[in-house]
Amino acid sequence: MNFIKNVDVVVVGGGITGTAILRELSKYSLKCILVEKEPDLALGTTKANSAIIHSGFDAPFGSQKALTNVRGNRLYHELQGQLGLDIKWLGSLVVAVNDEEMETLKDLLVRGIKNGVKNLEILDKEATLAKEPNLKKDIKGALWAPSAGVCWPFDIALSFARCAVQNGAEVLTNCTVNKILTEGDKVLGVDTSMGSIKAKYVINAAGLSADKIAATAGDNSFTIHPRKGEYILFDKTASEFLVKGIVFPTPTKTSKGILICTTVHGNTFIGPNAHDQEDKDNKATTSMGMEEIIASSRNLIENVPLGAAITEFSGLRAVSNTGDFIIQEGTVKGLIHAAGIQSPGLSAAPAIAEEVVELIRTLETGLLLKRNFKAIVAKRKVFSELKIDEQSKLCSENTLYGRIVCRCETVTEGEIVDAIHETCGAKTLDGVKRRTRAGMGRCQGGFCGPKVTQILARELGIPVTEVLKEGSASKMFFAKKEAGEETK
Amino acid sequence: MQELEYDIVIIGGGPAGLSAAYSAYENGARSILIIERDFELGGILQQCIHNGFGLHHFKEELTGPGYAQRCIELIANKPEIVTMVDTMVLDISTEKKIIAVSPKEGLMKITGKTIILTMGCRERTRGAIRIPGERPAGIFTAGAAQRMVNMVGYLPGQKIVILGSGDIGLIMARRMSLEGCKVQAVLEICPFSNGLTRNIVQCLQDYEIPLLLAHTITEIHGKDRLTGITVSKVDENMRPIAGTEFDIECDTLLLSVGLIPENELSRGLHLKMHPLTNGPIVNQRRTTSLPGIYAAGNVVHVHDLVDFVSDEAEIAGKFAALEVQGKVCDALRRTEVKTGEGIRTCVPQILDIPAEGEAVRLFMRVGAPERKVKLEILSDGQVILNKLLPVAKPSEMIAVDISAEKTKLMGCELTVRLSRGV
Repeated sequence: MNFIKNVDVVVVGGGITGTAILRELSKYSLKCILVEKEPDLALGTTKANSAIIHSGFDAPFGSQKALTNVRGNRLYHELQGQLGLDIKWLGSLVVAVNDEEMETLKDLLVRGIKNGVKNLEILDKEATLAKEPNLKKDIKGALWAPSAGVCWPFDIALSFARCAVQNGAEVLTNCTVNKILTEGDKVLGVDTSMGSIKAKYVINAAGLSADKIAATAGDNSFTIHPRKGEYILFDKTASEFLVKGIVFPTPTKTSKGILICTTVHGNTFIGPNAHDQEDKDNKATTSMGMEEIIASSRNLIENVPLGAAITEFSGLRAVSNTGDFIIQEGTVKGLIHAAGIQSPGLSAAPAIAEEVVELIRTLETGLLLKRNFKAIVAKRKVFSELKIDEQSKLCSENTLYGRIVCRCETVTEGEIVDAIHETCGAKTLDGVKRRTRAGMGRCQGGFCGPKVTQILARELGIPVTEVLKEGSASKMFFAKKEAGEETK
Repeated sequence: MQELEYDIVIIGGGPAGLSAAYSAYENGARSILIIERDFELGGILQQCIHNGFGLHHFKEELTGPGYAQRCIELIANKPEIVTMVDTMVLDISTEKKIIAVSPKEGLMKITGKTIILTMGCRERTRGAIRIPGERPAGIFTAGAAQRMVNMVGYLPGQKIVILGSGDIGLIMARRMSLEGCKVQAVLEICPFSNGLTRNIVQCLQDYEIPLLLAHTITEIHGKDRLTGITVSKVDENMRPIAGTEFDIECDTLLLSVGLIPENELSRGLHLKMHPLTNGPIVNQRRTTSLPGIYAAGNVVHVHDLVDFVSDEAEIAGKFAALEVQGKVCDALRRTEVKTGEGIRTCVPQILDIPAEGEAVRLFMRVGAPERKVKLEILSDGQVILNKLLPVAKPSEMIAVDISAEKTKLMGCELTVRLSRGV
């Protein structure tokens, strides 16, 4: 068999789990490659979720979820500085609206303490309202978890990948795994849309497709099914009517509940609901779903400023049949699963990565840590976050930083060009949006979309008619017709 | 970093900003700066290549770029009017200190003795009206598509559906037809159109494009690129009626679902805003709640005719010019303008009338279509002016002049209302 590459480890899937694992692997003297089927990293569950780094009181004591969540939360405090991550440690509230729910909070407190979560506290009504004055006045109290935070999941995954790449790992996008190759009871590598890659270890971090990928190696030890969660995101002007931090309702047996939460960029959202479905691709929002999350948010806040909604979206959770994370070697030697990573997967990712690498260390004796591992990743320039004299200096160094392309989020042409040319750079309109926030504001790309399309065409050296929103068939614009040409 | 000072700084170089600058100059101001974020002056007019502009203001029919050019020529060759294009205002402080940036000049600190806000408006998006479904490529606001077709030279797609029968939507229905695209339908959630009658006739009927009133989109289909939409009839509360769904195949959806005044800078200044116009509250001179800061045009309230934008901006320009020359007459009395039965909005919301009176023009919009109604203006309960309206539509702004003589006699409260059954 011809192999296009020969490596030690292939990571299948470029979401938060796969990229965290790739970064952890890149600390060792291993040749590693990550393959991602989409045109960009983190387009699955990592792209559309609540963007919360949970404190860890929610998962059952002793579960993988609980262990990796609490450890992951701590690791993010270190990673934040190294990778320049946008995380705001705002703390979270679980709000009770009746006495029965107050009892549930006590159970959560006990579970949280057992899980190792620090500084949990039950607040009375006054203390809760002092933190969140827009909550309804008839609430009873809340569980306060100061170690929770909000973050930018896409940027974290990208930063993990960029860190791994600067330490010698490789990332391939638009590279679909057709099959895990095996030889006897061992993995041999993967067959992909770009050719076969030989590897000693295959790490299955394929999110919603993890069961399908495992099955190609004859490993049917688990199944993954999608659970949709829908969201409504509000303009920054709505924040004063909503919340300052992270607000959950008291969980029921079936759901963590629909939350009201700020984002790291100062917007606010309500959601998600939770509905199981068969289709692993269907991310359509529904009017029923919208009504459900609006109704639920009104249990905690009197006036939800619906007129200030700027977008609605949904994400799919990758739920395993075991109910817990699956972090273990599969039925084939050298195939390691990091699967079923639903909430709190984002919070747990750095700890999951440690566990996966620990598994490899037990299988691969004599693994050496690199002496020259570069933990610091250069942070992208963000014009709107700079002080005025820094902005001025940046403009004088490169005039493109003096041109505001996205008016809502104050994103300059310089930042867009940087995002296209950086390691694991943007190739599409949505790729630029996720990296720079151009198009994420109140006009949702109405003004800047056409401009960003033209910048992409110029920087990638392709015609405007070839620029994609995201997927391979998502062209934005078409050439004008000649006189007399028929409409198809 | 450059530090600059002007008597009047105008934020936005569209028709409002240009008209304000011209009027300020005509009224004696000699230190005027216009800051425009686009590559050229003229604002959205530059992409409105159809005709129908200028009948009121210039007394002749012009295209959008034609109208813009008239405005540009009026301020050309006047060294006292400085223009900066490709320049974005990042911040305005209540001390009227502006931070602006451009590729050419970098960051600048600009101080204005007075500031006129003429930032215009932006389009409402899919997200604001919560259309459910997938999120493929091919969904544009009508204005964004118009810019791409008319100024950059590309088509947004081939098979088009337009949601919203506002004027931009209607104009784009015709434009896309002329470009050889197939416009499948224009959908309107209201039982009436929100566009000008002449646009319904000239843009839809002339091209046999169906207008489906009381219909809306209930689902968007397509993973990568739009493949179609599901449409439903709506009831009198604009809720979709179950069982009325049908699909329309299309690769492009253009949204013309309303305009929102672009008031981020105004909010930063904490100007008093009006909840229904979404613009700053102004008096008849277009002074906002902060002295020395004026606002005019679509940033105050969305207009249907650019002619009225120019008229309003000329008022702001005039009074800013008089202010910097110390020629403004102090108001003797403040009158609040209240909206009564049938009237949704009225601008200005405040009249600050000096002893000798001051001519005032009120711009109003009705809440729903009306026939044969009387518009009444009452001062402290007494009718001081009335006008018979054969037809009144929410989409067509009503302008009423009140003479200086009459304003002298006004009380503390002015009410505008409709009287039906006349």
